[in-house]
Amino acid sequence: MVDKSAIGMTDDGFDMVVERGKIREFARATKSGNPAYLDEPVPVSPPTFLVTNAFWSTGGGPFGRIGLDMRRVLDGGREFVFHGPPPAAGTKLTAQTRVDDIYEKEGKRGGTMTFVVTVQEFRDETGELVAEMRSTVIETGQAPKSGANEKEEG
Amino acid sequence: MTATVAATWDDLQEGASAEALVVGPLTRTDFVRYQGASGDFNPIHHDEEYAKSAGFPTVFSVGMLQAGILATYATDWLGAENVRTYGFQFREQVWPGDTLTCRGTVTNRYEEDGERRVDLELACTRQDGGTAIKGWATFVVS
Repeated sequence: MVDKSAIGMTDDGFDMVVERGKIREFARATKSGNPAYLDEPVPVSPPTFLVTNAFWSTGGGPFGRIGLDMRRVLDGGREFVFHGPPPAAGTKLTAQTRVDDIYEKEGKRGGTMTFVVTVQEFRDETGELVAEMRSTVIETGQAPKSGANEKEEG
Repeated sequence: MTATVAATWDDLQEGASAEALVVGPLTRTDFVRYQGASGDFNPIHHDEEYAKSAGFPTVFSVGMLQAGILATYATDWLGAENVRTYGFQFREQVWPGDTLTCRGTVTNRYEEDGERRVDLELACTRQDGGTAIKGWATFVVS
């Protein structure tokens, strides 16, 4: 059973540094030959780059407190929002995740689906909000059929 | 896949699109390379035995890889510094040997907060036409 009182909860947060070499590695892995990532001395980061916070996270995200049954969880997608150009190499960020919303919908094939929306905020050294990563996960009424879907990590 | 001259405001009428980006056939090495770059080491994407024991015929791609490739298409078109929103949903899984095609269309153009902006509808499709990633984005236009 999902615990709706988790709405508004935040994790402890952690720091990360946007690095030029990591931008280059990430851009090449996502098939980009864009000189804005590869040749600029201070490149901006690609739109989905902030998932590399996996290398900086200290764990303990808010999901444990929500009580999701991970066997029935699907990844409902992401949205990245930038309040200016994406963070550039050298930027020191602080990342903190909050549970933004939890709501239910009736599934088309019966059973209640529970949607959990988390927002990870990225602030620079002055405390200014520079980027947000909004993630939606869906707990289905029953376990997905084998081969149908798989929760993506990170 | 190299950025060319940036699209201008006049180019970006509603319905405008850029030449499709075709990537593939994707290999297991592409999956592993993305996993190393991103820090998502879920074995379902590289460990054949693990994937089979979970009921899959073989390993499959990381959803965030095709989401990242679709982002590459959009930023090649409209500029790496200009992206303000990029969102997506995962649809079909992507398998070794798949070839992906990324396309996008301008759905709205407007001025907001003194900036020219365009909204895009984006899609990353597999070789059989199925949608792997459905995306949307907002870019500023200089």
